[in-house]
Amino acid sequence: MSRVQTSDTAIKGPRIGESALRPDGIPKVKGEFVFSNDLRHPDMLWGGTLRSPHPAARIVSINVTSALKMTGVRAVITSEDLDDMPLYGLEHPDQPVLADGLVRYQGEPVAIVAADHPENVRLALEAIDVEYELIEPLSDPNLAKEAEAIHPDGNLFREIDLTHGNSQEEGEIIVEGTYEVGMQDQAPLGTESGMAIPSEDGGIDLFVSTQWLHADRDQVAACLNLPTEKVRLTLAGVGGAFGAREDISLHIHLCLLAIKTGKPIKMSYSRTESFHGHVHRHPAQMWYRHHAKSDGTLTRIEARLLLDGGAYASTSSAVLANATCFAAGPYRVPSVEIYGAVVRTNNPPCGAMRGFGCVQVCFAHEAQMDKLAIELGMDPVELRLKNALKPGDQIITGQTITGTAPVAEVIETCAQHPISVGSATQQMELPGGAGRTADPKNVVRGEAIAVGFKNLMFSEGFDDFSTASCQLLDGVATITCACAEVGQGFVTLAQQIVREILGVEEVILAPASTATVGSAGSTSASRQTWMSGGAVKSACEEVRIRLLSRIAESYNLDVESLVIVDGGIASLSSDFSISLKEATAEPIEVEDTYRHLPTHPLDEKGQGDAHVSFAFSAHRAVVDVDQELGLVKVVELITSQDVGRVLNPLQLQGQLEGGAAQGLGLAVLEEINVVDGRILNPSFTDYLLPTSLDMPPVEIAALIEQPEPNAPFGAKGVGEPPAISSTAAVASAVRNATGLDLQRVPIRPTDIVFPERSKNG
Amino acid sequence: MGVIIAKSVNEACAVLAENPATTVLAGGTDLMVQANRGAHSLESVLDLSRIPELKNWSLEGSEMVLGAGISYTDLADPQIAALVPALTQAARTVGSPQIRNAGTLGGNLATASPAGDTIPVLVAMDAVLQLKSSTENREIAITEFITGVKTNALKPGEIIQSIKMPVFQGPQEFLKVGTRNAMVISVVSLALVTDFLGRKLRVGVGSVSPVPFRATAAEEFIAQEFDWETNSALSEKVINKFSELVADSTKPIDDHRGTADYRKHAVGVLAKRALERVCAGEKS
Ligand SMILES: Cc1cc2nc3c(=O)[nH]c(=O)nc-3n(C[C@H](O)[C@H](O)[C@H](O)COP(=O)(O)OP(=O)(O)OC[C@H]3O[C@@H](n4cnc5c(N)ncnc54)[C@H](O)[C@@H]3O)c2cc1C
Repeated sequence: MSRVQTSDTAIKGPRIGESALRPDGIPKVKGEFVFSNDLRHPDMLWGGTLRSPHPAARIVSINVTSALKMTGVRAVITSEDLDDMPLYGLEHPDQPVLADGLVRYQGEPVAIVAADHPENVRLALEAIDVEYELIEPLSDPNLAKEAEAIHPDGNLFREIDLTHGNSQEEGEIIVEGTYEVGMQDQAPLGTESGMAIPSEDGGIDLFVSTQWLHADRDQVAACLNLPTEKVRLTLAGVGGAFGAREDISLHIHLCLLAIKTGKPIKMSYSRTESFHGHVHRHPAQMWYRHHAKSDGTLTRIEARLLLDGGAYASTSSAVLANATCFAAGPYRVPSVEIYGAVVRTNNPPCGAMRGFGCVQVCFAHEAQMDKLAIELGMDPVELRLKNALKPGDQIITGQTITGTAPVAEVIETCAQHPISVGSATQQMELPGGAGRTADPKNVVRGEAIAVGFKNLMFSEGFDDFSTASCQLLDGVATITCACAEVGQGFVTLAQQIVREILGVEEVILAPASTATVGSAGSTSASRQTWMSGGAVKSACEEVRIRLLSRIAESYNLDVESLVIVDGGIASLSSDFSISLKEATAEPIEVEDTYRHLPTHPLDEKGQGDAHVSFAFSAHRAVVDVDQELGLVKVVELITSQDVGRVLNPLQLQGQLEGGAAQGLGLAVLEEINVVDGRILNPSFTDYLLPTSLDMPPVEIAALIEQPEPNAPFGAKGVGEPPAISSTAAVASAVRNATGLDLQRVPIRPTDIVFPERSKNG
Repeated sequence: MGVIIAKSVNEACAVLAENPATTVLAGGTDLMVQANRGAHSLESVLDLSRIPELKNWSLEGSEMVLGAGISYTDLADPQIAALVPALTQAARTVGSPQIRNAGTLGGNLATASPAGDTIPVLVAMDAVLQLKSSTENREIAITEFITGVKTNALKPGEIIQSIKMPVFQGPQEFLKVGTRNAMVISVVSLALVTDFLGRKLRVGVGSVSPVPFRATAAEEFIAQEFDWETNSALSEKVINKFSELVADSTKPIDDHRGTADYRKHAVGVLAKRALERVCAGEKS
C-alpha cells in the first residue's frame, strides 16, 4: 500500500499512530454532549416499565383499569395486548417482550405505560394491580440441570466437553483449587434511554444508545412484525456500554408505546431500574487441577466450569465457549480436559461484559499458576515464562496460533518494570482511605503478576463483517458506517484512516444508522478497530484507486506516477498537479464490506479453529492490606499489552486505564449481591465502583508492537485485555500480602478477617 | 409543589407553623435521594440553605455552638478542627467533595441513620440539640433526639437550629470502616474523645446498633487504667480489654454491607487503634 508522506502539509489532524483527541471529549466534560437521555421532542410522551418484584411467579391477573383512568395516561400495554407473544434474544429468541403469564427473574418487565409526565407514569405504574402466585425460585446454578425446567427451552443453555491431547498424562506435581467469581455489573454511567417516533409509512424511527444497531433492528422488527426497512435505528449519544447494551432493553417497549399512541415516546431508566434492566457478567464456579513436571512444565489441566446465565439466554453460549477455550490461560498444555456448562436460573440474566468469559477463568488459572509456583518453589514469573504460548503453538482447542503471540514479552516487560510507589505518607493513602482506620504498622504489602488472553472478534464460524462507505466530494470525505461509538474511539480512528489513505484533511462522519448503510457488527469483542476500521480502510483504498485512475485517464497520465500529497494529486514524472477539491468536483463513492478470515465451530471435543486472533496482556499489582480489618488499597498497577500496532496512543492509554479500573473493581469491590434471586444492592450506594482513592495510577510498562498479519494496519483490538488480567493480578497480590488462599472475587473484608469461614462456604 | 426559600429562622418557623406538612430541605443529599426513589413525595418544600444564622458557629467559654446549616466542608475550618477534631475528621469521611459541600450537620442529625457519621462523635461529646418552632425553643440531648433507625424527636413545626457541645481538653479520634476507600456508608465507626479535665475517655460507636451510643463499660474501665498524668502508652492487656469491652457493648446486625461478627470484630479493632493513637499523642 502506498502511504502519504509524513511531510504532507495539508494534513493537520492526527493520522494513524498519532494521538487524536476525541471530538466528543470537551463537550462531554462541559456537559454539552447530547446523550440518549437528553433526547427531546415537543410532542413526546414518557414511557415507563412495571417490573416483577419476584424472581419467580405465576401472574394470576393484571388489572390496568384504574391506571388507564389516571391523569395524563395514554396507554398501558401488557402481554394480553400482544398477540402471539413475540420473543427476542441476541443469540436466539427466548425472552418475551412482556412477561407472558410467568416471571422468571426479579425485574422482568410485566407492563408498560405512556403518559404525559414522568410522575404520571410513575403513579400509573403504581396503580397497575398484578396478582402473583409465588414460585420457589431456582437460584442455585448447581441444581439447575436436574431441576424442573423453568422455561420451555430447558435449564441448560450449553455445555462443552473439551478434550485435548493424551488423557493419560499425569504430573509429578499436582495442585487443585476451587474458585468463584461474583456477579459484576457493567455500570455504564448513562442508563438505558431512547426515543421512538412513529413515522408516516407505518414504520418507526428509534433513537437509542446501543452497541449494535442492526442486531437491535432485526429483533425489534421481528417483535413488531414489521419489515426491517420500516424500522430505522439511529445511534443516540452513548454513555458507556461495556457489554450492557448488546442486548435489547427498552427498545421494543418504546416502539410498542409509540405505535399505540401515535406519539414520540421517551424512556429513561433510573439507576436501580438499570441494574434490573440489563444483563450482567456471569458469576462462575470453577474447579481446577493443574499437573506439572518438577521443572515446572505444565503437563495437564483439568477443570470444571459452571456459569450462571440467569433467566434468559442472551449471549450465554458464546460466553461459555470463551470461558472454556481460554480456561488454561496463555500457556502450552499438552493434555486438557474441561467440562463447562452455563445454566438457566431465576437469577438476573447474564450476558456480555468486557472480557466475555475470559475474566472469570483468568482469575482461576492465574491463582492455579501461583499455587503451582509455590508448590514447585519456583518464581511465579519464571513458571509463566516457561509455559508461555508462542507463535506456532497450539491452544487447547487444537488451533495453531498463526498470528503474533508475544506472551513472554508482555510478562517480561511487566515483571521487569520498576515499582515506583513508595510507602504511604498520609493516612488517606493507607487501606481504609478516608476512614482513617489504619496506621502504617497495620499494613502489609503484596505484589503479584497475572497474564491473560482473549479472542478478538466473533468466533465459532459466525459470519462477522462490517460495512462502510466513503464518499469524496469537493475535497471532503464523508464516512458512513453503522459502527456504534461507545467510547472505544471509532470516531477518531475513521478520520485517521481517511487522512492516512486519501490525504484528505476534512472528514465527516455521518450518523450511525440502519437507514443508510449495512451492519457494522457489534461494538464488542474488541472488534471495531479491526472490523469497521478494516471496512473504512478498504473503502478508502478503493476510492483512492478510482480517483487516481480517473485523473490518469482524464489527463492522460501514468497512474503509477500519481501521488496524493499536500491536498492535491501530483505526478512524479511531470509537473502536473490538481487540488483534491477540484479533482473531486464529481463525487467518488465506494461502499465496502470487510470480513475477517473465516472461523469454524468447535467439534464435539471442543476442538477446532474457532478464533481469528488473540490478544495478550499482563498486569502487576502492588497492594497494601490491613489484615486485621480486611481492607485493601491497590497502590500501583503496571501493565504490558500485545497491541499489534498503536493507532492512537491517547485513546489506547484510556482503554488500558479504564479496563484496569474495571478489573480492580471486580477484584475488591464490585458485586451485585443476589440472594434467592433478589438483588440486594441495585444502586450506587451499595454497588461500589472504584473511586479515585481506590484506583492507583496505571504504569504502562510496554506496548508490544508486533504487527498482526491480516489485521488492518497490523493493529489488534485493545479494549478487553485490560479488564482480564487486572482482576487476577490484584487478587493474587492480596494473596501474596496476606498469605491467604482467597479463592473468590470480589475479595470481601470478611474473606481476609475470617478466612476459615469463607473457605467452608 | 411549591418551594419557599426562607431567609431567617423566624421566617422558616412561621412557614412551618402555617403548614406543618411542609418538607424541610437543607443540602438535599438525603432528601433528594428519597424523593427520586419515590419514597418521599414533596408537596411543599421549605429551603433552609440560605439562612445565614444556621451557618454560624460560636465559642463561649468551654461551650461550642454549631449552626445546623453548617456543611461538612465548613467543618474543615482549622479553628473548628482545633476545638472538635473528631468532628472534622468525621466530616472528612463523608461522601465526596460535592456531598461535603452540600450536606449539613442538621441534615445528618434529622436523618438519624445508624450510619450517620457525625453522630458517634456528637454522642461521645454529649451534644445537645437546640430545636425551635414558632412557639417554643427547647433543648434535647442527642441520645434522646434520635429515637430509632431513621426516626427523631422533632415535633411538627420544629427545626434543628443548632448543636451545642462542650469543648474537651485532649486528643480525639474518629475512625470509620467502609469497604471502599472513600465515599462509602460506614460499616462501623468509632469516636474517641479524651477529656483530661474530667478524666474520662468518651467512646461513641456507630453502625452497630439502631442508635449510636456510648460504650460506658469500656469508658469506666479505661478511666481507671489511663495514665492521666503522662498519657503514656498502655499495656497490651489494657488495650485489649478496652477493645473487648467496646465490642461487647454492641448489638450489630447482618446486612449486605457487613456481617454482625465482622462489625463486632472491627469495632474492637477501631477501639484499640483509637486508644493507641490518643496515648501516643501529646497532651494538649
Ligand atoms: C453520595 C452520598 C454520599 C453520602 N455519604 C455519607 C457519608 O459518608 N456519611 C454520612 O453520614 N452521610 C452520607 N450521606 C448522607 C447525607 O449526605 C448526610 O446525611 C447529610 O448530612 C444530610 O444533610 P443535608 O443537608 O443534605 O440534608 P437534607 O437531605 O436536606 O435533609 C435530610 C433530612 O433532614 C431534614 N432536615 C435537614 N435540616 C434540618 C433542620 N435544620 N431541621 C430539621 N430537619 C432538617 C430534612 O427535612 C430531611 O428529612 C451521603 C449521601 C449521598 C447522596
